[in-house]
Amino acid sequence: MHELSLMNNLLTDAIAAANGAPLRALKVRVGPLSGVVIESLQFAFDALTPGTPAEGARLDIEETAPLFHCPHCQTSYTTPVGNYQCPACLATDGELRGGCELDLISIEVPDHV
Amino acid sequence: MCDHCGCGHPHDHSHEHNHNHDHSHEHSHNHGDGHDHAHAHAPSEPMRTIDVRKSAMAQNQRHADQNRGWFRAKGLTAFNLLSSPGAGKTALLEATLKHLLPHAAAIVGDLQTENDAIRLRASGAQAVQITTGATCHLDAHMVLHALEKITTDGLKFLFIENVGNLVCPASYDLGEHRRVVLLSVTEGEDKPLKYPVIFHHADLVLITKCDLAEAVGFQREDALKNIRQVAPRAKILELSVKTGAGMDAWFAWLAG
Ligand SMILES: Nc1nc2c(ncn2[C@@H]2O[C@H](COP(=O)(O)OP(=O)(O)OP(=O)(O)O)[C@@H](O)[C@H]2O)c(=O)[nH]1
Ligand SMILES: [Mg+2]
Ligand SMILES: [Zn+2]
Repeated sequence: MHELSLMNNLLTDAIAAANGAPLRALKVRVGPLSGVVIESLQFAFDALTPGTPAEGARLDIEETAPLFHCPHCQTSYTTPVGNYQCPACLATDGELRGGCELDLISIEVPDHV
Repeated sequence: MCDHCGCGHPHDHSHEHNHNHDHSHEHSHNHGDGHDHAHAHAPSEPMRTIDVRKSAMAQNQRHADQNRGWFRAKGLTAFNLLSSPGAGKTALLEATLKHLLPHAAAIVGDLQTENDAIRLRASGAQAVQITTGATCHLDAHMVLHALEKITTDGLKFLFIENVGNLVCPASYDLGEHRRVVLLSVTEGEDKPLKYPVIFHHADLVLITKCDLAEAVGFQREDALKNIRQVAPRAKILELSVKTGAGMDAWFAWLAG
């Protein structure tokens, strides 16, 4: 359950960015190689938000695919987890360029605050 | 109590990294707020979006960078050992520390007990135990403080035995140079397919307890194929700490 501490980091950043405003939504990007379970992230969010400015906010999760760059044919490609073959030249030693992220992308707050 | 890692100042975000990922995302879905709230807001309420772009791993990354700097300053190569519980990390380190004496030391993480550090110290090397309590992985901050207890004179290798767990430790960069994932022959050939993330980040996959392969009907070719599928860039070695088979190749890899 390391999702609890990671969600705590995201919430701390979100609340700081809201600068006193109540949070209505958080947009979080989760890479499939981040090692994070999305259901656990949602669970942590529900457990941590009551009593904070993020209480009742919506958690929008955007899942990415692993992004590779092929050193042989210079193709950039995304793949499902567990199949890392370059679609152009079939090499399997692509360099990982994305898919490990767990980022707070943006927040929504009421416009009038 | 902790002046060089900032852990006394949990609200200081002034030097966090901002990670910007601009690649495309295949599918986006919305996990709505599945609970009632007391102060329900009107759907028509005008909203303002504020860009944040901060990684949840930023703080760990900062501590990992500090560890990396420390390893560099001390001329150490650091290895992070990961596996499911009981795959043989401590047994491998007992033999490895003994072989590399006096140039190797270990940090070992467990939920509870000093047992692994006590076993490792019997080899004659320094070993620092981290007990994580409820935490299922080591993070860079725990390692940062364990490093304070290591005497580095003459040291060349530092091994970090992670908490036995194939999920959570994968997310945490400890500042290591190399990641080693152990897969024992007794735990099934399809472990790499079930836990692809931890294997994907491995520099070396060690198949351990090979002396038991025959007894448990280990399907070697299947295991190799599965590892290559999820960790195409990793080197694979096979060994048995019990018989000593394959240990020379492991020592050679460490030295290379
Ligand atoms: N037959 C055989 N048994 C081994 C070998 N390596 C380790 N074992 C046994 O496997 C068991 C677990 O080994 P450990 O080294 O404690 O495993 P670990 O990965 O450190 O375990 P945790 O720290 O609890 O995750 C012990 O009983 C070891 O004696 C081996 O090469 N062959
Ligand atoms: Mg152990
Ligand atoms: Zn290619």
